[in-house]
Amino acid sequence: MTGFLILLVYVAIFAGAYFAVKFLVRGARKDFTSLKTVTFGDESAVVSNRSASIISILTIFLIWGAFTGSKMVPGFLQAPGPFVGETEFVYTLDDGNGNRDDATVFVRVYDFGEDAAQFDVAPGDGFAKDDSLSMNASRSKTILFDKNDEVKRKEGAQVIAIDGQTIGPNIDLETDKGRFALTDKGAISYTPPLGVQMDPVYLPPPEAVVSRLIEISSEGYRGSDLLTHLGYSLFRVVGGFFFGALLGIPLGYAMGLNGWFRGWFDPIVEFMRPVPPLALIPLVIIWFGIGETGKIILLFLAALWIMAIAARSGVSGVRITKVHAAYSLGASKWQIMRHVIIPNSLPDIFTGARVAMGVCWGTVVAAELVAASQGAGMMIMVASKFTLTDIVLMGIILIGVIGFGIDMLMRWAERVLVPWKGKG
Amino acid sequence: MSGLGIENISMRFDLPNGGSVQALKNVSLHLEAGELMSVLGPSGCGKTTLLNIVAGFLAPTEGKITLNGHQVVGPDAERGMVFQQGALFEWMNVRDNVSFGPRMKGQKPAEYEDNVNHLLEIVGLGDFKEKAIYELSGGMQQRVALARCLANDPDVILMDEPLGALDALTREKMQSLVLRLWKETGKTIILITHSVEEALLLGERLLVMAPRPGRIHKEYRLPFADLGVGQDLREVKKHPDYNATREEILAMIWDMEEEIMGRTEATS
Repeated sequence: MTGFLILLVYVAIFAGAYFAVKFLVRGARKDFTSLKTVTFGDESAVVSNRSASIISILTIFLIWGAFTGSKMVPGFLQAPGPFVGETEFVYTLDDGNGNRDDATVFVRVYDFGEDAAQFDVAPGDGFAKDDSLSMNASRSKTILFDKNDEVKRKEGAQVIAIDGQTIGPNIDLETDKGRFALTDKGAISYTPPLGVQMDPVYLPPPEAVVSRLIEISSEGYRGSDLLTHLGYSLFRVVGGFFFGALLGIPLGYAMGLNGWFRGWFDPIVEFMRPVPPLALIPLVIIWFGIGETGKIILLFLAALWIMAIAARSGVSGVRITKVHAAYSLGASKWQIMRHVIIPNSLPDIFTGARVAMGVCWGTVVAAELVAASQGAGMMIMVASKFTLTDIVLMGIILIGVIGFGIDMLMRWAERVLVPWKGKG
Repeated sequence: MSGLGIENISMRFDLPNGGSVQALKNVSLHLEAGELMSVLGPSGCGKTTLLNIVAGFLAPTEGKITLNGHQVVGPDAERGMVFQQGALFEWMNVRDNVSFGPRMKGQKPAEYEDNVNHLLEIVGLGDFKEKAIYELSGGMQQRVALARCLANDPDVILMDEPLGALDALTREKMQSLVLRLWKETGKTIILITHSVEEALLLGERLLVMAPRPGRIHKEYRLPFADLGVGQDLREVKKHPDYNATREEILAMIWDMEEEIMGRTEATS
């Protein structure tokens, strides 16, 4: 229900923002592309709309905030939240002999995470006595109403109506005060109105994630602080990638330059390449345990084949005219390697390195989910076992940010170190 | 014996299906030092194969190549190559490309710097020394390729359609440059081309090859290359013999092409 509503709001904002931007900033661009009459089908005429990107990100946070009751979203934008406050309802008790009496239940619903303190009420008249109920929002609570009543359920007493509306073992009641139902043994189960906001257990508001980030940054989680967790993950990725490249690149070169090497390693590389590194986790745990050695060997294996294949295709991709030209200019084999083959393969190796770093980052998180005592993946896995959704979300966001950062760093290095990429 | 000797070269490729292709058959000729020869012929006549054999990239199945008395067995700095395109090293700037040969010989910058700068001036790239290769136009890139070849001071320069990828105007300017470099440096040059006009203008000797098997069909000795040095090439084209020779060669190649087409149609 809530999910469907969120989707609807999202689509509405998407379309609404499109028309708003279209009519508000019309005619702002006066460059060459804006003069093209054929834009549908011309890829170069499709320019990413900066406003759309900004609105898109804002929308995600807006919806996140609005449907989680965030304090950062102004009240009028909030989706209706779960009921919080005081209410009361009247139940009608039948003592089993046809005698009936009404009693009132006073309910105090506290916000998520607040302490739902018990309170006392005066019992009132009749054989059914008034009760008190305190609970947290979005929760159901069963009230054993007959504890203070003069007739008990065991003696045949049963609730037959709430606020005058009939209720029974198989008749649930949905009123504007919430949902009422009777348990198998006849107790009243009460759920205050839920609203359409997300339960914080499933999706905490943004500020909860931020405060959790601050808390874990300063106090740590499971014995290590945040930077240690992330540092462990990064260290494993860099270590595994380093060894993978150290062995994979020379292997790829050898396969690109020598028929025996290619024949020998082709079956191995071609077999290992399609094996997802995640599938190796169990084997690596059996062989090397869950310590650093196992993790780094797993990432080494993830990076090795990618780097070998990248280096091999870098060597195979060298234009024969360049090699011929170098020989005609008097270069030796070693000089051709050093001045032609290696520089020519660098763009391919960088592409491979970007892919390998991405795969390694994904693999390390997965490996930490399975077993680790530190690391980003371990952090969110343990948090999920305690339904600490805010830590899980924080971890996912940090993993995303770091993965994105790694990719940006590799692209930057590529631009600086191999400016001739794609220009041969 | 000085000069470049192509002695009875035959080249046969075995095909995977068991057949074979006779790419060249009994090709013999001799170039004196400083001669400029253009090679012309329809596609498949083996002219690039011949050039690759002379460069040492391919070993002929029969015959041998000699340069200044010794036999050619592989690529060497004495025989420079200029390719159609894509043979420059885009990870080096213009100057490093041109100085590649001297650097590979282990020369110090002081030894080659003046020569490299001089050559870049000759080809009109004096202001582009620090530019990356991919920042240059096609014509400029070919001038770098020429300068790179000359910086190595080879005895023979082999050009495999060096101007083939250029537009008509750039091409004309480059033809004048090739003639000028030939005269100034006195190198022996073999130039392969598809263009009859280019072969006429840039051929002191002009070799017309015929296909299947690749062989020498006819050889001309022409005055146009000498006339073209220091003169506008459009003037050379007004020479009375120019058009007549052009028509003759065009007709010759046309006949060959027609024969190939006819044969293909007959077999298919």
